[in-house]
Amino acid sequence: MATLSERMPAALARRTAAEYGIWSWLTTVDHKRIGIMYLVSATIFFIFGGTEAFLMRLQLMRPENHIVSFQLFNQLFTMHGITMIFLAVMPLLIGYINVVMPLQIGARDVAYPRLNAVSLWLFFAGGLMLYSSWFLGGAPNAGWYNYAPINTGGVLNPGSDTLGISFYVLGLQIAGIGTLLSGINFTATILNLRAPGMSLMRMPLFVWTVLITSILIVFAFPPFTANLGLLMFDRLFNTGFFDPSKGGNALLWQQLFWIFGHPEVYILIMPAFGMISEVVPTFSRKPLFGYTTMVFAIIVIAFLAFMVWSHHMFTTGMGAVVNSVFAATSMAIAVPTGVKIFNWIATMWGGRIRYTTSMLFAIGFLFCFVIGGMSGVMLAAAPADYQFNDSYFLVAHIHYVLIGGSLFALFAGTYYWFPKMTGRLLSERLGKLNFWIVLIGFNVTFFPMHFLGIDGMPRRVATYPPGLGLSFWNFVSTIGVFILTAGILIFLYNLRDSLRNGEIAGPDPWDARTLEWSIPSPAPEYNFAQIPLVRGRDALWVEKQHGDGRMLPAQIVEQHGDHDADDHDAHQHHADRHLVHMPSPTPLPLILGAGAMVAGYAGLYRVWWLAILALVACFYGIFRLMYDRDPGYYVEPKGDVG
Amino acid sequence: MSEAMHTTPAPDGGPAGPPVLPTPAETTKLGIWLWLASDCALFASLIATYLTLHGQTAGGPTAQQLFDLPLTLVSTFALLLSSVTMGVALEALQKDDIAALRRWLVVTALLGAIFVGLEIREFHHYTVSGLWFQRSDFASSFYVLVGFHGLHVSFGIAWILSLLIFTFRKPGGITRADHWRFEMMSLYWYFVDVVWVVIFTVIYLLGKVG
Repeated sequence: MATLSERMPAALARRTAAEYGIWSWLTTVDHKRIGIMYLVSATIFFIFGGTEAFLMRLQLMRPENHIVSFQLFNQLFTMHGITMIFLAVMPLLIGYINVVMPLQIGARDVAYPRLNAVSLWLFFAGGLMLYSSWFLGGAPNAGWYNYAPINTGGVLNPGSDTLGISFYVLGLQIAGIGTLLSGINFTATILNLRAPGMSLMRMPLFVWTVLITSILIVFAFPPFTANLGLLMFDRLFNTGFFDPSKGGNALLWQQLFWIFGHPEVYILIMPAFGMISEVVPTFSRKPLFGYTTMVFAIIVIAFLAFMVWSHHMFTTGMGAVVNSVFAATSMAIAVPTGVKIFNWIATMWGGRIRYTTSMLFAIGFLFCFVIGGMSGVMLAAAPADYQFNDSYFLVAHIHYVLIGGSLFALFAGTYYWFPKMTGRLLSERLGKLNFWIVLIGFNVTFFPMHFLGIDGMPRRVATYPPGLGLSFWNFVSTIGVFILTAGILIFLYNLRDSLRNGEIAGPDPWDARTLEWSIPSPAPEYNFAQIPLVRGRDALWVEKQHGDGRMLPAQIVEQHGDHDADDHDAHQHHADRHLVHMPSPTPLPLILGAGAMVAGYAGLYRVWWLAILALVACFYGIFRLMYDRDPGYYVEPKGDVG
Repeated sequence: MSEAMHTTPAPDGGPAGPPVLPTPAETTKLGIWLWLASDCALFASLIATYLTLHGQTAGGPTAQQLFDLPLTLVSTFALLLSSVTMGVALEALQKDDIAALRRWLVVTALLGAIFVGLEIREFHHYTVSGLWFQRSDFASSFYVLVGFHGLHVSFGIAWILSLLIFTFRKPGGITRADHWRFEMMSLYWYFVDVVWVVIFTVIYLLGKVG
């Protein structure tokens, strides 16, 4: 596959010995491999987070249960929340963004391939650190939002005097910086690397949602970084930013947290919207209804994302005026979201719908997400929120939008794009079983929580006495978890089985509309043998309607302003021979991730010299990445046009 | 691959688009802008924290008692002057005068070092005057915000030094193809200077007048 010219300078012929060994994965800068590593590690974290949820539901199955201790229960709900949000759903979405987005815009990679690998390893290092807390004195125990002042320990939360919450602080800091870098990377990729002809308003909607999500990441993560930094000083250096007994302000943590936290939940749902917007048109055999309004809807949602954070704090006593303003902005979000829901329905309307598993999950998404959206509007009503706040009603809401929303979309996306990653289709027979069991299990688990909340069951309680009218629905909910777990296990089995025995997919198994389906499955490492020319929205569909169903090659005038003259000659020479220039693999991102992790642990255990040494090493690595001249290597594509 | 191909009319009537991709240097510069945007949000969070907590002096020294505006003005002047010398360095680069480029980069880094040095001296002075890091929330939020900015300047100095080394070690010397490296660093340097103007206003000026 990689034919090297004997006329190539020796430096250019540098190539890793093994093309598929473990080392090639650890040092890769290929966005598709990085995406797959995100997906695999996030799936493992998802299983961990699911297990934690399973244990909690076992505990709550009957009143006065003592399967786990109360302190362990605190750790379980904390780690469940952190895991699902930071280590499962977000990296799953980032994984699909990595795999799909560059293909959909006709690019050969993301803007900064090595930075992309840095992001992956920082995420992985942070996740690993967080999970090691289970073995190093106990996990964090103050909820995923880690409110002050219980996050600073002391009499309010003696359990947090262990290292647990420090793991939260440093683990999430490391993973969060990785995510921030991803956001920068994806934004630059979409703005600068689109194939010729792909104007902004011709981008697939998934790419639009990625762009908006990335911009949200760029502006939402820094307050979290700052917040975690301040808490780090509180915990490691005895300052009192969030400790009222030292003059600190506990609400400051909440403010900074939710300025990040609310955009964060849109970061979790926007790419899911994008996936649904790809799946629904493909399987309805119609273009997406109201493309322009869809684009403006997500822009409006992203704008409002920064205007609603205080609706998480209605009961903190901000006063009627502030509460009213934030209630109004929160309810306003239902408008652009409703536009999207109606557009998806209108896309299906009159279409020739194929009920594949992917499409079933998309339809399931519409139902469940609308339920979650409705309870969201109920929670946004500030007076009513005094009743719902910190009750199981809220637990029901967040799971309807995160499972019924993000996770269902991720299922739809997995059944849709699995062939593009592996070359094989997932089993549709198992897939349908997977869908129905997950749909039933999910609703049986979480719908009763609405009732439990209205009946007054507070969230985060480790048990409840009998005779309060809570026993029945808690029992039903736990039964639902058994069903849901069965559905997830079927899915995992399907993944494993189809990887070996799945039907060979071919380049375009769904007769789809966008660029990733114009190239072989799995996508070759160079993506497109020649950069395609985009002649309309739904680029591949345009060629199917107006051309011969294959993309035309774009004639690109590549600028080499930043290359030296000899480099430029080499490039021209190889461009003439249709060779594709690829960036070299490098272990530096992996080393950077490891360095950040060492610095984290050293900080935790107050080994300051080691922390400083590791940070200096990290900065040395950054400078190496900045100045190392990567000659890259050349591969000869198989086909003539992508 | 004919000339007609990329002028093929687009079926949906939109533009076929110019067949020119941005250079990697342009794309990298975009990334720097995005990074600086996120850094703005980070500084904004820390400034908000300072404004929330600066009244919490816990009986310790206050801003009015400690701040010495003339001294801070000197360091402010050094940092602002470094923006000017950075501009001169870039102009030398434009004229391919590498010797002048090195000279002015050194001057810029020195001015940055003066700023950081004065900041360390200031921190030391405050600490021995009774305002150590954990003394009060005013102290903590002050040190975190100003110190974080100081780290930014220090990183900028390291970046300048690395570029100086680069000018000596780059095989074939500095050419037009390397300009983006200097331009990116200067973007960062100007950004850090602008942030200081905000910090100086919010912390020192407002702190002194109450």
